[in-house]
Amino acid sequence: MRRRYAVASAMVGALALIALAGCTTDPNVTAPTEDAGATEESVEWFDQELFDKQDAERDVVPEGPDGQPWLQHINAEMVDTSEFASDGAKKACFANASISNPWRTTGWITMNQQLKVLQDAGVISEMETRDAQDSDDTQIADIDYFIEEGGCDIFLISPNSTAAMTPAVERACDTGKPVVVFDRGVQTDCPVTFIHPIGGFAWGIDTAEFLIDELDEGDKVVALRILPGVDVLEQRWAAAEKLFDEAGIEAVDYFTGADPAEIKKIISDELAKGDVDGVWMDAGDGAVAAIEAFEDAGVDYPVMTGEDEMSFLRKWKETGLTGLAPVYSNFQWRTPLLAAQKIFAGEEVPQEWVLPQSPITAEEVDEYLALNENMPDGHYAKFGGEDLPGYPQVWEDRIVP
Amino acid sequence: MSTTTPASVRRTAPRRRRLDASLIVGIALVAVIIVGAILVASVGRNFFSAGNIRDILTGMSVLGFVAIGQTLVILCASLDLSVPYVVSLSSLIAADLMAGNPANIPLAIVAVLVVAAVIGLANGLIVTKLKVNGFIATLGTGLIIKGYLDSNYKGTSGQVPWEFQLIGATGIGPIPISTLLMLLVAVAGAFFLARTRTGNHMFAVGGNEQVARLSGIRTARPLIVAHVLCSITAALAGLLLASRLGVGSPVVGTQGGYDLLSIAAVVLGGTLLMGGRGSIWGTIGGVAIFAVVDNVMSVMQVNPFLKDVVRGVVIVAAVAVYTSRSVDRRRPRFANAAPPPTASGSGPANGSDAREEARA
Amino acid sequence: MTAVTTDRPGFGQRLADLGRALVSPRGAVFLLLIVLLVAIALINPSFAEPSQFIRFIQRVAPVAIVAIGQYFVIVGGEFDLSMGSVVTTQVVIAGNLIGQDDAKSLPVLLLMLAFGAFIGLVNGLIVSFLKVPSFIVTLGMMLALLGATLYWTGGAATGNPADGFREIGRGGIRDLPVIDILPWSVLVLAIVLAAAIWFSKRPFGRTIIALGDNPTTARFSGTRNWWVKTSTFMISSLSATIAGVLLVGYAGVHPSVGRGYEFTAITAVVLGGVVLGGGRGWVVAAAAGAFALEALFTLLNFAGVPSTYRDAVQGAIIILAVAYSATTFRARRRGRGIDAPSPSSDPVADAPAEASRPDSPTSPDAATQISPPAATQTSPAPAEERDAEASARPAPIPSTPRADNETKGGS
Repeated sequence: MRRRYAVASAMVGALALIALAGCTTDPNVTAPTEDAGATEESVEWFDQELFDKQDAERDVVPEGPDGQPWLQHINAEMVDTSEFASDGAKKACFANASISNPWRTTGWITMNQQLKVLQDAGVISEMETRDAQDSDDTQIADIDYFIEEGGCDIFLISPNSTAAMTPAVERACDTGKPVVVFDRGVQTDCPVTFIHPIGGFAWGIDTAEFLIDELDEGDKVVALRILPGVDVLEQRWAAAEKLFDEAGIEAVDYFTGADPAEIKKIISDELAKGDVDGVWMDAGDGAVAAIEAFEDAGVDYPVMTGEDEMSFLRKWKETGLTGLAPVYSNFQWRTPLLAAQKIFAGEEVPQEWVLPQSPITAEEVDEYLALNENMPDGHYAKFGGEDLPGYPQVWEDRIVP
Repeated sequence: MSTTTPASVRRTAPRRRRLDASLIVGIALVAVIIVGAILVASVGRNFFSAGNIRDILTGMSVLGFVAIGQTLVILCASLDLSVPYVVSLSSLIAADLMAGNPANIPLAIVAVLVVAAVIGLANGLIVTKLKVNGFIATLGTGLIIKGYLDSNYKGTSGQVPWEFQLIGATGIGPIPISTLLMLLVAVAGAFFLARTRTGNHMFAVGGNEQVARLSGIRTARPLIVAHVLCSITAALAGLLLASRLGVGSPVVGTQGGYDLLSIAAVVLGGTLLMGGRGSIWGTIGGVAIFAVVDNVMSVMQVNPFLKDVVRGVVIVAAVAVYTSRSVDRRRPRFANAAPPPTASGSGPANGSDAREEARA
Repeated sequence: MTAVTTDRPGFGQRLADLGRALVSPRGAVFLLLIVLLVAIALINPSFAEPSQFIRFIQRVAPVAIVAIGQYFVIVGGEFDLSMGSVVTTQVVIAGNLIGQDDAKSLPVLLLMLAFGAFIGLVNGLIVSFLKVPSFIVTLGMMLALLGATLYWTGGAATGNPADGFREIGRGGIRDLPVIDILPWSVLVLAIVLAAAIWFSKRPFGRTIIALGDNPTTARFSGTRNWWVKTSTFMISSLSATIAGVLLVGYAGVHPSVGRGYEFTAITAVVLGGVVLGGGRGWVVAAAAGAFALEALFTLLNFAGVPSTYRDAVQGAIIILAVAYSATTFRARRRGRGIDAPSPSSDPVADAPAEASRPDSPTSPDAATQISPPAATQTSPAPAEERDAEASARPAPIPSTPRADNETKGGS
């Protein structure tokens, strides 16, 4: 008998301890409001300087060839690459973080088609790729392997995470060969160029301003976020949250893991608690599930921002809701190889190559839907490959090289 | 009483017993290396070049640490699914405490090992005192640690000083220091299992706990020690990762899939999932097989999705080769009479014979 | 040789039995479920509305179906880690093969069921004949299946299939009184649950439990172990397929649908009091475990607990639930019927008494346990039940405290 009580009280004690530990370590627990969460996250991710920089960049007209946004740049400081100029086809080595989500897979397919063009032109002989499958440790090993065994003329790197990849990128730079970093950045300036669209803060500003314009003060917005800790995603939310706060919009955020079932549950629960006037997403995966949750509950569609994934664009058109599709410029996957071409030709390239990042508005939706009519739902409208060989078949069949 | 069965037992049992688990894994490893070398040569690379060897050995180090600890736990017929989170937590604590200052390194290492030992102790106590299955207990503690990590760490944190980064970066020729450290720990582990009392007791407790207890062994202690050691080796893996990454990361453990992969490596190495038989060196062989397969696939630029298919098939096929050959999993209680129960895969046909034997 | 005479229990006695059953490890999950549902309703009264509640059941339906499938595997002594990948694959197959063509719904559905059965067959045969531990086989299958699916679709599905097919997971019988809509998912769940209960009472179902408890005895009794085992894996894969069909409707097609379902299923089953290692458990309790798990998540959601903290709560609940059943009561002999646990229970870990191969009374020698007198006191109770079983038992071997929860599955 005594033992039963002992065990039972031990378990109650353990549960209490866990609850207590949770309370003390995480200020978020006590606050169903978002204030506590806001301060903790903004302290970590919100960077006023970067925010302002990206805000300004949104309005700048990019320089570069018309109709080819993957070659355009904004506010570029050019660097001289004449030291790398040389003839002959070069070997590129690409350390890819992963192709584990549809955005990356679309970009990867586009990149390979771009490679074909450059191979035909005799600029690049081959591109050896090592895929790290989302693991920092593996990508570091990949870069080291390329340095040792790759015989590379240029390193193309899409880092898996910022701080962890920095030493490896620096080692690549130390070889004397040019290094091109794109998508996520690293904490060093040694690469020849760092290619990326304007950035997460700009995304947050675009989307938050849209929702604020369309909604009234006091309206509720549900924010669906994929993962914590990814800087490109965290910056989006940091900016949006700040703007929502200032405009008096009540915003609640959830982590979904991009699982549509989870998204539907979250929205359904929110609808059960009260009205939901707007939906904000930090990435387009699962947008359809969110919209369907409104349908199933029989309430009006929200004002919504998703992404340029075809599933969202199609559903947006079909339902006629008020929406905006921000983009993370999928065409940036073309630019590294084109940058390589420029580097070996001795042409100037921007130190930080900021690509344009303009959301798809309601006026533009039809055009993009027509261009991508037979593409699968996981395809991204701004993939920038319309002039590449294999369009549209390669992306329709979605054969991953 | 059938006359053929005792003869067959006598004939087959010694031969089967002679097939040592580690030997099979060693043969499999050599086979994989040969096939790998041919495949790698077909794309124009040299499998045995310094860079390639370094790639393979680096790939072995982290998983090797985790798998050594997992071997001890599985030997005791338990499991540890909390290792990825222990790895992540260790890397974070280490990087945060070191904060770029080499003078903090000893403190950080000690702190990490202490925290890991506490987690292992909790695991062990939950399994032994609360009588919860190892699978569930460590799944639960892993989730608790995950909740803590998700709530308190939004991204990478801390800074590892250059001196400590050297551990993950340098090597003797093509052999990284980290691999040597891992092999050192493996030697220590093997010695512990073979020569110390607690180590021997682990085999006993895992093999048949009732008999172990009747023999006078305190069955809780080896199990708790196994869980503590498993968490400590996971902490070592976390330290190594902190050294390689230069920062601590809350997701580095889950990125590597160390829980399921370490269990797969352990089973591949010949340790029985229900405990009682196994060896550290077999596990190292299993880890090496994984590393070689991964390396070959990367060099051949295999589509990442297909890599998972190959991994899955390799895991099942390798274990199948092992389990279908070395069968003597349960020593017959009456050596001359009952055939090994596993030989009765042919079902009821042997049922009556077996029953007769059992009563003999 | 049924020695025990049964007298009709009075109403008070029945109530006491019910109470005891609820608090027993077997019934504890129902108590937990009731507590959670009441808590949710208190925080958010609209949850208690029939139309809301029926929607809650709709969302839990896939998880509960998967838990039922996993129940059969676990009670047979194995693990099935491939369920999540099966769900994902089936969802993607539906999306890719049906497209927008309603006419293809039925053939593709049959194909999906056949494919699910095939996966289960492969799993079961490798476990039975190649003797590979089920943990390893299903782990390998999980990796291989997911990789193959992603390779086939290029990492992203084509799109949601025709609405007709999705109606199963999304729609229902509308315009009903009180509950407004009866989702098809709920009907499917009810059918699956009824089928599972019926099946577990059939001889074959009981054989599964027997196999999980003691494979050697089962084989001696004349069962074909390999077929029983394989069929449990087929049941589990088929249940994952059905869950996939429901999820296609509910969530749409996406490569991340279904991820992690196997761990959710195992957690639900264990919460339901089913013992890992097999031989004991009630299928309704497994389904209730799934409901309890989802109710827990919903409660955390309504209570405003940040999503990052939820994993910790889930982990703690899992440990406590299993610890509760393992330590506070002696486990019952055979996992059938609503036998109340013997009140004279020695709270000691003799609970897992008969998990190990031969059956056994409580351990008289307690190096790590408590009072031997209490231990011997419990012997008569099992003796009676054992007689009622009328199965041959070899000489008893002292039980081990941990044996019940040993990972027996696999080798």
